[in-house]
Amino acid sequence: MINSRFFNRSELIGFVSLLLLLVVILPLALDIFRLNLVAKYLTYSFVAIGLVLCWGYGGILSLGQGVFFGLGGYCMAMFLKLEASSVANTKIQSTPGIPDFMDWNQLTQLPFFWKPFQSFPFALAAIILVPAVFAFIIGAAMFKRRVGGVYFAIITQAIAAIMTILIVGQQGYTGGINGITDLRTLHGWDIRTDHAKYILYFVEVLFLFAAILVAQFIRLTKLGRILVAMREQEDRVRFSGYSVANFKIFAFCAAAVFAAVGGALFTLEVGFMSPSFVGIVPSIEMVIYTAVGGRLSIFGAVYGTILVNFAKTSLSETFPQLWLFGLGALFIAVVLAFPNGLAGIWGDYVQPRIDRLLASRTKKPSNGGLVADGAPAE
Amino acid sequence: MFGDYSIGDLGAIFAMQGFAGLILFSVYVLMALGLAIIFGQMGVINMAHGEFMILGAYVTWMTSNAFQHFLPALFPGYFFVAMALAFIASGSLGMLVEWAMIRRLYKRPLDTLLATWGLSLILQQAYRSVFGAREVGVELPDWMMGSWQVTDAIQIPINGMFVMCLTILITIVVAYVLFLSRWGKQVRAVVQNRVMAGAVGINTEKVDRYTFGLGCGIAGVAGSAFTMIGSTGPTAGQLYIVDTFLVVVFGGAASLLGTIASAFTISQAQSTMEFFLSGSMAKVLTLLAIVAILMLRPQGLFALKVRK
Repeated sequence: MINSRFFNRSELIGFVSLLLLLVVILPLALDIFRLNLVAKYLTYSFVAIGLVLCWGYGGILSLGQGVFFGLGGYCMAMFLKLEASSVANTKIQSTPGIPDFMDWNQLTQLPFFWKPFQSFPFALAAIILVPAVFAFIIGAAMFKRRVGGVYFAIITQAIAAIMTILIVGQQGYTGGINGITDLRTLHGWDIRTDHAKYILYFVEVLFLFAAILVAQFIRLTKLGRILVAMREQEDRVRFSGYSVANFKIFAFCAAAVFAAVGGALFTLEVGFMSPSFVGIVPSIEMVIYTAVGGRLSIFGAVYGTILVNFAKTSLSETFPQLWLFGLGALFIAVVLAFPNGLAGIWGDYVQPRIDRLLASRTKKPSNGGLVADGAPAE
Repeated sequence: MFGDYSIGDLGAIFAMQGFAGLILFSVYVLMALGLAIIFGQMGVINMAHGEFMILGAYVTWMTSNAFQHFLPALFPGYFFVAMALAFIASGSLGMLVEWAMIRRLYKRPLDTLLATWGLSLILQQAYRSVFGAREVGVELPDWMMGSWQVTDAIQIPINGMFVMCLTILITIVVAYVLFLSRWGKQVRAVVQNRVMAGAVGINTEKVDRYTFGLGCGIAGVAGSAFTMIGSTGPTAGQLYIVDTFLVVVFGGAASLLGTIASAFTISQAQSTMEFFLSGSMAKVLTLLAIVAILMLRPQGLFALKVRK
């Protein structure tokens, strides 16, 4: 599947170096605690890859990706929580067999929408389907009526706010502000051990590369080209006979599913899920990962996520005060000076020099696929 | 849910909740007026709007402290000085931000969102470093305390009434400036057609800068008014920003009348529901209703009929 038409030369280099970094270098260089942190960052990069498709290529800025990350994460967490709350584990509660936070909130039986999550296949299907259906409803309602750009951003933001208030308010059903915590096993396999964390890391990297390939596939098909065309000249695409709304809905749903898969893996990696990953602030932070990495580059999004989160962890450990100043300055710098992020810097400045140094014989444009599609209209 | 209350009780409840709604309405109008200028007229998504309000609130707090220490005799009137200072502080910061950042982004509205979000993070941390993480509240002068007893069951706090009167005053001033003054006509000309406005001799850069400054200044006054009814912390601005944007969008972004109408609808809906449901559920239902209506009518309640 990986041939010269699927990846051009620079993308192939990007793919192989990311593969080396994630599969060989990081697992060898880091201890399990740090590796688990990287695993946590990588779950956000699923969201970032989705945003490259929907924001970078489609021009649809969603400020509600945290909602989909959360939906995926909560679907996984509900399954794990039910497994952790077997009658034997919860016999000290007044009602054994239901999750502990329900017992604290005087619920005496499992709510109806929790029941199907006792089945693993259902939970897996829900991780994909719930966010996809939700994104479809929002997308259909908005794009069919030609709501886009700024208004779409604000409404998705409102949805993120609604979702957080709802989760925090409905404590008995969702675990409230603490979220769903104390998750232990997946089908009897303890996810808290170091060994399990290693395995989960590699599973996640596998999923990540699958996501990269899917995103690259979408980008290269006619669909991806129509997305770019819509971003630049929506009316012309519409007059050419394409159903603009349907393409946008697809891009938005795809981004939602990417985010949800990331959320589900996040729950497995860290062993809990809470509303602090759902609201407006995390949603906008996820957008900045994409912006820093490069909104037109799938690999850039992954690198951007790892770098911003790494900076956040190390800076907020040593200088908690400086972190917000740094993050704020990063937002402004990226928007004002590097609209195409790190990938743009690489493609515009670094790579041409490398090519010149190597005296490359090929005559094709050196910036390859990263900026060849042009800068975004907005 | 009405069964437990008598007719008289219900009347009093609706009157009290209606009045609480009116205070909320004033708050929304104050927050949204500045944004209606910046977002509705200029098309800039200013995510730091809440932080400009908080700046106004901190200025008011500092003025109040200064009056208490140095001019205790004049303390009852400190608020009017504080309001002017808040307007100047937020307005000048706004003009600075416009010059340094926003003017480069007029053609990329979605990017103004990211850049101003960065600004809001910086401002939040700046407030935390300067004023501390704890919430601060101002001491009200005596004449603003207490409440006005209308009937046995209905009483109306005076500070709430004061904020309401202030809102009405500011709204009238803004409407005058924007629709009747010569400068307001220039603003609207620039908004409608920047190139043409420049061609007839309007200094569009200057108009942009002062418009942005005016919007931020009003945010500062709003923050100043907030200190009358609540306390202020470094991250308080973030709580309001979504509500404010929804008020402006729901009303129809370019319409001042729409902003006021939508602020009224939203505040009354939320305040009435709050009595019967929990606060968070009332909020969820209100926001959901707004989102649903916006999906049916994306241009908002009062859309300007313009050719695009």
